[in-house]
Amino acid sequence: MRNPLSKKVVNIEPSGIRKFFDIVSEMKDAISLGVGEPDFDTPWHIREEGIYSLERGRTFYTSNAGLKELKDEIVKYLDRRFGLNYNPAGEVYVTVGGSEAIDGALRAMLDEGDEVILPQPSYVSYEPCIVLANGVPVIIELKEENEFKLTAAEFEAAITDKTKVLILPYPNNPTGAIMTREDLKGIADLVIKHDLYVISDEIYSELTYGTTHVSIASFPGMKERTIVINGFSKSYAMTGWRLGYACGPKVIIEQMLKIHQFAIMCAPTTSQYAAVEALRNGDDDVNKMRIAYDQRRKFLMKTFKDIGLRCFEPFGAFYVFPCIKEFGMTSDEFATRLLDEEKIAVVPGTAFGSSGEGFLRISYAYSIENLKEALERIERFIDKQRN
Amino acid sequence: MKKQILDIISKNSRFSTEDIASMLGTDSKTVEDTIKEMEEDKVICGYPTLINWDNTDFEKVTALIEVNVTPQRDMGFNKVAERIYKFEEVESVYLMSGGFDLTVIIEGKSMKEVARFVSEKLSTLEYVNSTATYFVLKKYKEHGLTMAHEKDKEERMLITP
Repeated sequence: MRNPLSKKVVNIEPSGIRKFFDIVSEMKDAISLGVGEPDFDTPWHIREEGIYSLERGRTFYTSNAGLKELKDEIVKYLDRRFGLNYNPAGEVYVTVGGSEAIDGALRAMLDEGDEVILPQPSYVSYEPCIVLANGVPVIIELKEENEFKLTAAEFEAAITDKTKVLILPYPNNPTGAIMTREDLKGIADLVIKHDLYVISDEIYSELTYGTTHVSIASFPGMKERTIVINGFSKSYAMTGWRLGYACGPKVIIEQMLKIHQFAIMCAPTTSQYAAVEALRNGDDDVNKMRIAYDQRRKFLMKTFKDIGLRCFEPFGAFYVFPCIKEFGMTSDEFATRLLDEEKIAVVPGTAFGSSGEGFLRISYAYSIENLKEALERIERFIDKQRN
Repeated sequence: MKKQILDIISKNSRFSTEDIASMLGTDSKTVEDTIKEMEEDKVICGYPTLINWDNTDFEKVTALIEVNVTPQRDMGFNKVAERIYKFEEVESVYLMSGGFDLTVIIEGKSMKEVARFVSEKLSTLEYVNSTATYFVLKKYKEHGLTMAHEKDKEERMLITP
């Protein structure tokens, strides 16, 4: 029989998280701090709108780009929150989660051999999506001493004649790092100087603490060079609804929409109706969740300080990324032993790129009670290693 | 700070001051002083516990009573309300807008006990003109918390990217 498989697909490594998931799922009594989604239920008024749309029989396709009301609300929202100005006709379309938009943007923009600069540690799907789109990932290993920000110097050193796209994943999963206006300025200048494009994954943009997220697309000359990816999963606790969107210059969005039209048709209709309600009446919910996350973030930082676990202070997303190098174990070993000995599941930093070695991703999408119990066990574990 | 402390303890008053301080990025002395101040100002009036008596072996009956009263010169409704809320059986008393004046919520050991309170104590009070009593059959939600466990187990997968 002929080999049924594509070499390109076979050669893609399965996600490091998957491996760990299999171990954890066999442990029934483990406390997990390994989840990359909110612990809150979708606010009831949003769920109720979804239910209502089903009752009304709104069970058909929408137009490829998404409901007009939703695109209008997205455009208004991006303007009021981040000062971005898009035309709902042609510069926005609704996707099946931010993930589809990442894939679509890369496929629409890359030709064989084009290089994509990818800062790591970062979300697991960028690298395989670049490869699937025939691009060549050029990894920048972000540094703890820079608080896992992308510096202009690191960026410029990675640029070659073949570079076409920069992936900018901030606020960052897994590090919790953010990029301020000053940090972004140097990056934007280089993008323009070298005639590059940016895929800015801003899915955690509502979850920044003490400061408002800044989009690189809001810099002069950057809107025409940036695809902004955002969605409802993290901000409104709607991961299971699978709803995101992409905004950008019409020439690129048009081609992304073509892929979407043939591969997806349209994002789920129920979710789109619910999302309209989220954008119209959900600001309070987002604020409440942000306050709760911030309390947990502060609680974790304080506890790390008390138990002497090194961790830079992250101001975004819902992750902390403590350093475990002092224990002389790899991230994988540390995480595996922590699971065996104390039944705490965290994700090794290496699941997000080799520069995550020596770090752990700890999610604080958990109640304080839960975090407290888990941190007591982590403390016990590291005390044992130190003695 | 005050608002944030109130939001935290209104949902769970058992957090230690140390925990609240960590959550707010301050020290426990500040939290303690702020709570003390709010107790003195009667912003914080107490720390009761939300109990679902239906899940215990103890009998408890709750009734909501609409009361029509004649307000009194110089004291309006306050005097009558006080006469009512001083009774130990009375859980809550609210002055209402609309078709009646006071909502009185009573907790008793049995229906009989509640009935006796209404007929002997409440309706015989001077200035109380009429009452209408409604017994609570089941409590679904109180104080922002659902009484029944809707969801016992974590629905999320243990590890996701």
